[in-house]
Amino acid sequence: MIISNAKLIDGRLVNIKIQSGVIHKIEEVQKSQKISDYDAKGKLVIPGLVDLHTHLREPGREDSETVLTGSMAAVAGGFTAISAMANTNPVADTAGVVEQVFRLGKAAGLVDVNPIGAVTKGLHGEQLAELGAMADSIARVRIFSDDGKCVSDPLIMRRALEYVKTFNGIIAQHAQEPRLTVNAQMNEGSVSARIGLPGWPAIAEEAIIARDILLAEHVKSRLHICHLTTAGGVELVRWAKKRGIQITAEVTPHHLLLTDDLVENYDPIYKVNPPLRTEKDVMALREGLAEGVIDIVATDHAPHPAEDKDCEWQAAAFGMVGLETALSVLVKTMIETKMISWNDLIDRMSIAPARIAGYSTQGQLIAEKNHANFTIIDTDRSWIVNRDKLQSQSKNTPFNGYELPAVVTDVFHNGVQVLKDGAVVSRGNLAND
Amino acid sequence: MITGHLLSIDDLTRESAMGILSTAKELAIITEGPNKKLPTLRGKTVVNLFFEDSTRTRISFETAAKRLSADVINFSAKGSSVSKGESLKDTAQTLQAMGADAVVIRHSSSGAAKRLADTQWIQAAVINAGDGTHEHPTQALLDAYTIKQHLKQDSADLSGVKVLIVGDILHSRVARSNVLLLTKLGATVTLVAPPTLFPVGVENWPVKISYNLDEEISKCDVVMMLRIQLERMSDSFFPTAQEYSKRYGLNSSRLARLSKDAIVMHPGPMNRGLEISAESADDLKSVIIDQVKNGVAVRMAVLYELLGGAAFGEAKS
Repeated sequence: MIISNAKLIDGRLVNIKIQSGVIHKIEEVQKSQKISDYDAKGKLVIPGLVDLHTHLREPGREDSETVLTGSMAAVAGGFTAISAMANTNPVADTAGVVEQVFRLGKAAGLVDVNPIGAVTKGLHGEQLAELGAMADSIARVRIFSDDGKCVSDPLIMRRALEYVKTFNGIIAQHAQEPRLTVNAQMNEGSVSARIGLPGWPAIAEEAIIARDILLAEHVKSRLHICHLTTAGGVELVRWAKKRGIQITAEVTPHHLLLTDDLVENYDPIYKVNPPLRTEKDVMALREGLAEGVIDIVATDHAPHPAEDKDCEWQAAAFGMVGLETALSVLVKTMIETKMISWNDLIDRMSIAPARIAGYSTQGQLIAEKNHANFTIIDTDRSWIVNRDKLQSQSKNTPFNGYELPAVVTDVFHNGVQVLKDGAVVSRGNLAND
Repeated sequence: MITGHLLSIDDLTRESAMGILSTAKELAIITEGPNKKLPTLRGKTVVNLFFEDSTRTRISFETAAKRLSADVINFSAKGSSVSKGESLKDTAQTLQAMGADAVVIRHSSSGAAKRLADTQWIQAAVINAGDGTHEHPTQALLDAYTIKQHLKQDSADLSGVKVLIVGDILHSRVARSNVLLLTKLGATVTLVAPPTLFPVGVENWPVKISYNLDEEISKCDVVMMLRIQLERMSDSFFPTAQEYSKRYGLNSSRLARLSKDAIVMHPGPMNRGLEISAESADDLKSVIIDQVKNGVAVRMAVLYELLGGAAFGEAKS
């Protein structure tokens, strides 16, 4: 298959020839254009995005999302690999469950679906899950997380960090000190004081990050901090990196754009965990991401059915969908503000996450012999988010009605076009190259 | 006049708040006559939707609505379909179908009244009768009315009145509404509590913060004691009821240090012997019973203005 007139980030206009799932040849476009299979019409081509934090809800809550609908949302957002969080029902704490999710991902066939394993049995934080069995399974799990819950017991956290060294695993921590966040509903600060919602203080996140940094240093293992949200957290990660501690961190698109004053109307669409923070935190997160202190963007895509948001604040579920808006929010917050370049964006959303997770066929530059996982974007167009048009089965986006820059038009996964002119190519129509 | 809903004191301007207070005063005068009832809201239906027990607030609203000749339906969450897991949305839609003109809502979730008003679940006027730890606007209005009655009878507002609010500020919807309203009306407000019972972020409120009741007690015109809930003790907000009472309770020695014309207030229900001693509650300085009485007049005024009853002159005749 030949894709013509694709623009690389260095500005070159090229034709890309794909063969057997691999980029076979890249040639600069000549004036006398040959016929191709697909004309990219000068749009930007970048490595397929890689998400290390996706909630797919299957098994257990197929009413909010399935592996298939989540894969469709991922493709629509320009992703070629996602990582399914472990807080399903049953919890992904055994080889059986992670293999099931892995197989469902293969069956959907749109993106790589890499299961994340639970750190502890049932996410209860008391006893290690079968980490080794999950690592050895066909899903080859390397990232372990109790996300949604914090591994709050320091001894369990220490043991987990140590244990996964055998297979170069990584513990992805949802940093939330449980005792400091009992019944917490939103960021603790001026807004929570005024509107009377129980606060989720920044230090509840930072206290766990600080502790885990020290644990990771002590046992010389790899620590990943999920969804960093506070200026203080950025400081701690910066400090740890200077000390040479093996730590990586992620930030979500919504925490790069939204702030806690949006909660004032008590619309649960803004209810998310960790919560939306202040302008100062948002700026620190953007700077941290630009500097590389925060290694990657991860969506924390968290689908919920309508009834879990169409209610009073306290009764609502925490979470937002994010796969389909992630890239555009990054362009808006980081590229349009000139805080990072497209090169940096590709690093934070594709190359670095693939490297952290060890996804060997992902996060590769558009170059000959690399795997053909890439995304084509129209950077000249903007779009208006319409929640009813999302591919995700759930519609809980906080960006409904927002005009966002950059439209994802096409995605190639292992050389197969899975998104064509903005439409997901349905399974029966997937063609081989 | 106010229109739409009453969800927060923020919905009111200084003028509209003063307007409610003067409407309340006129209604109070009328209802002090032999016939307490006015035909103003005849044919209107007011629903008291109470997801939390609060006999006194419910009765106050019920009395207010009945004195204006509205039909009153009391919908209590206890023993209703709500306790079987019916959502706020479904309850609201049910009330909509039954033709409620106003919904008076008490709910444990902050923002529940705002949600009712903002969503399309129900078209009725929504009156917040206490939402979680957020606001209780009619309580603040009746408190302002009571303060004016005792200290500022002939003034346009509450300018210069020094109000002390003592107790669990963190969890108090009464405190939040009163801070907003009393400062709007020109009063100066000092909040007194142990540091554990102030919300983080209180430093941005237009009030003075103090941890020491003894330093403030003699400087105020009004001391408003908030109810302290004993379960706060198990969450380590303070060590023991005795210690709280000793440091933050209104006892007879503190009562004696109040200025000559100062008044003592409490939104009720009181924990006698905890945040307020029996002699303080029953002292001549105490206007706690007036608060209850004024509550009816103020709630009548709110219902009257929101439901756009017949012109006032007509109502009088």
